[in-house]
Amino acid sequence: MFRRLHLLCLALVLPPAPLRALEFNMPVGVTDTSQSIFNLHMTIFYICLAIAVVVFGVMLWSIYHHRKSKGHEAAQFHGNILVEVIWTTIPFLILIAIAIPSTITLKDLYDTTESDIDIQVTGHQWKWHYKYIGEDVDFFSVLATPREEIENRKKKNPNYLLEVDNPVVVPVHKKIRFLFTSNDVIHAWWVPDLAIKKDAIPGFINESWTRINEPGLYRGQCAELCGKHHAFMPIELKAVSEAEYETWLAEQKTAQEAAVAAAEKDWSMEELMNTGATVYEKNCAACHQADGSGMPPTFPPLDGSAIVQGEKIDHMKIVVNGRVEKGMPAFGKQLSAVDIAAAITFERNSWGNQTDDMVTPAEVQDLMDKQ
Amino acid sequence: MSAHAETLHHGPAKGISRWILTTNHKDIGTLYLVFSLIMLFIGGTMAFVIRAELFQPGLQLVMPEFFNQMTTMHGLIMIFGAVMPAFVGLANWQVPLMIGAPDMALPRLNNFSFWILPFAFTMLLSTLFMPGGAPDFGWTFYAPLSTTYAPPSVTFFVFAVHMMGISSILGAINVIVTIFNMRAPGMKMMDLPLFVWSWLITAFLLIAVMPVLAAVVTMVLMDVHFGTSFFSAGGGGDPVLFQHVFWFFAHPEVYIMVLPAFGVISEIIPTFSRKPLFGYRAMVLATIAIAFLSFIVWAHHMFTVGMPLTGELFFMYTTMLIAVPTGVKVFNWISTMFRGAMTFETPMLFAIAFIVLFTIGGLSGLMLAIAPADFQYHDTYFVVAHFHYVLVPGSVFGIIAAVYYWLPKWSGNMYDEKLGQWHFWLSFIGVNLTFFPMHFVGLAGMPRRIPDYALQFADFNMLTSLGAFLFGTTQLLFVYILVKTVRSGKPAEQLPWEGARGLEWSVPTPAPYHTFTTPPELNKE
Repeated sequence: MFRRLHLLCLALVLPPAPLRALEFNMPVGVTDTSQSIFNLHMTIFYICLAIAVVVFGVMLWSIYHHRKSKGHEAAQFHGNILVEVIWTTIPFLILIAIAIPSTITLKDLYDTTESDIDIQVTGHQWKWHYKYIGEDVDFFSVLATPREEIENRKKKNPNYLLEVDNPVVVPVHKKIRFLFTSNDVIHAWWVPDLAIKKDAIPGFINESWTRINEPGLYRGQCAELCGKHHAFMPIELKAVSEAEYETWLAEQKTAQEAAVAAAEKDWSMEELMNTGATVYEKNCAACHQADGSGMPPTFPPLDGSAIVQGEKIDHMKIVVNGRVEKGMPAFGKQLSAVDIAAAITFERNSWGNQTDDMVTPAEVQDLMDKQ
Repeated sequence: MSAHAETLHHGPAKGISRWILTTNHKDIGTLYLVFSLIMLFIGGTMAFVIRAELFQPGLQLVMPEFFNQMTTMHGLIMIFGAVMPAFVGLANWQVPLMIGAPDMALPRLNNFSFWILPFAFTMLLSTLFMPGGAPDFGWTFYAPLSTTYAPPSVTFFVFAVHMMGISSILGAINVIVTIFNMRAPGMKMMDLPLFVWSWLITAFLLIAVMPVLAAVVTMVLMDVHFGTSFFSAGGGGDPVLFQHVFWFFAHPEVYIMVLPAFGVISEIIPTFSRKPLFGYRAMVLATIAIAFLSFIVWAHHMFTVGMPLTGELFFMYTTMLIAVPTGVKVFNWISTMFRGAMTFETPMLFAIAFIVLFTIGGLSGLMLAIAPADFQYHDTYFVVAHFHYVLVPGSVFGIIAAVYYWLPKWSGNMYDEKLGQWHFWLSFIGVNLTFFPMHFVGLAGMPRRIPDYALQFADFNMLTSLGAFLFGTTQLLFVYILVKTVRSGKPAEQLPWEGARGLEWSVPTPAPYHTFTTPPELNKE
């Protein structure tokens, strides 16, 4: 603690070193709109500062000079129409001066027409799903920070809580339109460097757009309280050159085809258990906990659960179809047959559950096809 | 209470039944104020939990779900349990004394409005021990987090909010009826002290918007239990409808929590400047203007929900307009101080801090009004900093100033000035240490309502937590000062403040149990 305070004091005294620890203003960002919002922010800030200096200045001057202990006699005036009119009019004029550039910026922000790329962003408790419209590419983006770091068992890395497994990738200099919606509660997609913050609302679609000027990795977070892991669904956006973007897009398509093929191969128990452990950690542990103990009564334990130890088909149905009224998502819409099969196999053979059952991707695919 | 001649035959009942059965405005005022102080400490304890968890990055003390319960309950308790009842308590004590009335117009209703509150808050607090925990969807309880995805305790939350609403509406009716009907003969509306004016306007706001809150919690209840779909797109409803209805209540609510404080400050500043209030008529008009504008700005809380451009522009312009009447108030206070003969007793110190820090909160509010910039500020700690600046050194300092100012009249004893000054300076430093760094982390990108955060926010968060611990513990000193004053303070004079005017100072000290049983003669100044 003292080391930190010491660092803070140092940082206040010394010229800004490459220390990330002291960011205290809005980022300028990497788009024209983020730039104009930043300028707007600084303009209003300086106006506010000027008002504060004048108002507090008069007040402090008065406090210093017009005190009884200095023998000042109180005047008895109590009103003046002229000054009332003046100090009603001046703020009004200042407001008009602020309103004009704000209106121009806002109109620009609302112009989502003529986009080059459309990406549908869907909020889920507690991860983001990206779908490249017209490209057959879609994937989930989940927090990549290890649990050990969150629980203070390991040193935190510099991108703590701001890193994901699959960043959303976009090309620079292209107009990208985002379409926001949600699968459950309201989320908000926010990347400060892009100056985009938009609510993702279940049942409705919101729009926003950006055109990024510099390649780079831009990080953000969910900004609307969306339940218990609200703090743990970050956004990582990678802006690359157009050529790199095309290559990446092609790779994604191949990978998604490979995933389909994987469902058809024969999986061994060991492979399923290994994959299952990873899938469980990423998708299930937030509620049912890493040790399967759950958080009753909201999130039931899996360790010793009658469903997990019972018939395979009941277990599969719950995972695939979910129990939306209890907050259990329908994973059939989110994960591949392989991932679901692996997670179920893992759950049925972990902690106190020793059923020796193996659920194959083919079985899961079968169930999903029947639905 | 001393045995003043007037009180001999009509003194308070003995023992606990005095407090349960009382219809006396002074007793009920005291009940409200004590209740609010207790709630301040309960809500403050929750703030302690929040700040302790945020002291460092990583999860140390509490799990995220409990953290969310703490932020939710902290907000609900501070707003509905601490700030609002404190102002009703001040109104109970002061409105009859300031207008020369013997009591509130509806004394039994008055007793009822208070005694709803302990039950409402017992129910709300009991949710902490229920399976699934207390409400965890934020004090704004946005659907569908508060409907489909809510813990079972949401039902109790709805019931508790209904009870608080009934209490507030009844209290407001009482204030309005009292002010309209029980003014001393010859006292015109434009003779009313500003505290009374502010409360009158506040009471109208309460009557207008508390039923809207009742409506929105009822819709939540219906969605949870009776299969309606007000807020679910799946059944033809709209989650954003919730936000419109909620903020139509909650924006005027913001002014409900600050207008009475404006009134308090307008009483204290002239007293300690020994100079009449500058621009009385402008002050009244500005308050009415703020109250009116508060009804047409609500969607500035929703700039990111995807409203049409015209909607965004409308709410941006109306919100900016609020700066005009608010500015008028600040300018008038400063003009009152200008060329006065000021002294700086504890109430004055809190009042001056109110003007400065509330203005800072107002200026950050102006920044938030700018819709495009709000896309960056929205739901960050910048917003948290903004509303705490208007609520803590705003409303809460206003309440504390009022208590120091009128305590000599209420209790008959003078508080310890030296301890009062200590209380002020520690609070002033604590409050700024807590809330100022929040502007920085907010601008740098820290969202609100998170139990854990990225490393670049660590230093300012630690500073904020230290400030919060200082500010919180300092309020124990406040309790000590209050107890000491009531128990063993030096007897106060009838007019404890040289520059004070108004009917409340014309009654003996301490104020007898019954005052103005015959209406006072007004000597026109």
